Amino acid sequence: MIWLLAAQRFPPPEFTETGHKLPGFLAPLPRGPWMEHFDVIVLLMALALASWLALRGRSRRGLVALGTFSVMYFGFWRKGCICSIGSIQNIAQGLADSSFGVPATVLAFGLAPLVFALLFGRVFCSSVCPHGALQDLMLIKPVKVPVWLEHGLRLIPYMYLGLAMIFAATGGGYIICQYDPFVTIFRFSGSALMVSCGIELLVFGMFIGRPYCRFLCPYGVILGMASNVAKWRVRITPDTCTQCRLCEQSCPFDAINPATIETPSRTVKTDKRRLAAMILLLPLLLVSGGWLGGLTGKRLAHKHRTVSLAERIYLEETGKATDTTDASAAFRATGAPVENLYADAQSVRDRYVLAGRWCGVWIALVAGGKLISLAIRRKRYDYEADQTRCVACARCFKSCPQELQRLGLPVPEGAPLAPPNSPAIF
Amino acid sequence: MKRRDFFLNAVRSATMVGLGGLFASFVHKAKADGKVWQIDPWKCTQCGLCATECVLEQSAVKCVHSFDICGYCRLCTGYFEPQPNSLNTAAENQLCPTGAIFRTFVEDPYYEYTINEPLCVGCAKCVKGCTMFGNGSLHLQIRHNVCVHCNECSIARACPADAIHRVPVDQPYKFKSRGEQV
Repeated sequence: MIWLLAAQRFPPPEFTETGHKLPGFLAPLPRGPWMEHFDVIVLLMALALASWLALRGRSRRGLVALGTFSVMYFGFWRKGCICSIGSIQNIAQGLADSSFGVPATVLAFGLAPLVFALLFGRVFCSSVCPHGALQDLMLIKPVKVPVWLEHGLRLIPYMYLGLAMIFAATGGGYIICQYDPFVTIFRFSGSALMVSCGIELLVFGMFIGRPYCRFLCPYGVILGMASNVAKWRVRITPDTCTQCRLCEQSCPFDAINPATIETPSRTVKTDKRRLAAMILLLPLLLVSGGWLGGLTGKRLAHKHRTVSLAERIYLEETGKATDTTDASAAFRATGAPVENLYADAQSVRDRYVLAGRWCGVWIALVAGGKLISLAIRRKRYDYEADQTRCVACARCFKSCPQELQRLGLPVPEGAPLAPPNSPAIF
Repeated sequence: MKRRDFFLNAVRSATMVGLGGLFASFVHKAKADGKVWQIDPWKCTQCGLCATECVLEQSAVKCVHSFDICGYCRLCTGYFEPQPNSLNTAAENQLCPTGAIFRTFVEDPYYEYTINEPLCVGCAKCVKGCTMFGNGSLHLQIRHNVCVHCNECSIARACPADAIHRVPVDQPYKFKSRGEQV
């Protein structure tokens, strides 16, 4: 046998005396692929059950039970990975880099809740997502967030989504996973920062309904958009809405749109003017968003492994740094030419600038769309669940007197009921 | 309302078709098999971050031993502290902070070194000693019965040598072996 090993300093012995046999390798295998497929099946069944419970069964109790199961199975048992929220990063990286393979399990976790949202709304959030279900179970005394704050904070997930997509698509890491507050709770371990974030969010979540889902979750953004074109929707009343206003306070997530009262005519003109101004403002926002995004992308590129390594090597090459870091020493040990590293870093930086521009345009579009939607006054005759925000938790159902009547429960005194022959939706 | 319904149906169907196309294109690329994280022992620089960066309380990275490369040295630089008092198994002579390496006599002058994995914390102290002065038969690997398979491995994120990558699930280890070149 010819020794090719550079580090082969001591020839291995022959053991002529004892005839000692070399022990082999222990190689404990990962979970088999069928276990991964089983997870997908559990996910699909949970999604189907959640859809039925939210839309047809109208059972809050059932959703709570399913939510508990999801927290136990996807959370504590499966330790939170792979989750649908994180899987969108794999998909983004797979789209940006064709050599990066995305396993079918990850794809299924990323796309199945989306397909269900297109059909039934955000049933995934209600009780299948372990993050959502955990917060839903923790909520004990909901406090209403002021409207202006609610509207402002609701924009954060859009930005978070944009940023996460930049980092994932450029190969700069998965920030959704890195800054996931609840996975540390499912694993009973993690960095001190993320563990404290998780506990704080849970404590907040006792009073402010689902803080992560509403003000952070990037996947919720996508599901919210899909939910807007959903075929079947969560309805507060099983019958017809009598505008009794009893459901008004029942939603802890501010996801009920009240029926509009007749608008005073004097505001219509100012409204129109405001709307025109906002529409004219949009192109300006988009351009400045793209520009700012490009600049931000350039800054963010410093966080990328290759770029920071190239910067470090440049410092060492030019004599501005005399010591080495672990990373630069490891790079030197490979013997790769410095020029290649610089070229790689430049291409990474270019990709960041491009991705940053798109992200800037996206954030500007969201902000502009928000301004426009605030300027539009839509007529609504019924109290409805907001398609984007409703997470199908089923809390509002029992506040509706029609629902109580349907279930044969006592209806609060004086609550207006629809005439008995009104067309039933279910 | 008819027009609105038509619009919603169109958007929904288009999105569904798009998602279907996305799924098909990924699966078509024949990369639908699972992936797990693994360390390339040839890239590893024994920096010690594996012991601290794993999301688990005790790292899923363990030291493994390629016996076919091992020189079965009496003075093992992966087992003994630099300049040990004497070449015996007394704790003060051992490099391993948790005493996870067992030294057994085979025949003169050869000793066999075995890792007790439940004790190993993946600190790579022994790997460093073995790689610097010995044959480099001790190396680190992610143990898949311990690993929780995070979507993004937090050790990979921290690794200064970029030695940790996703590997196909049917070849989950990268053991060092005889005849392999750097």
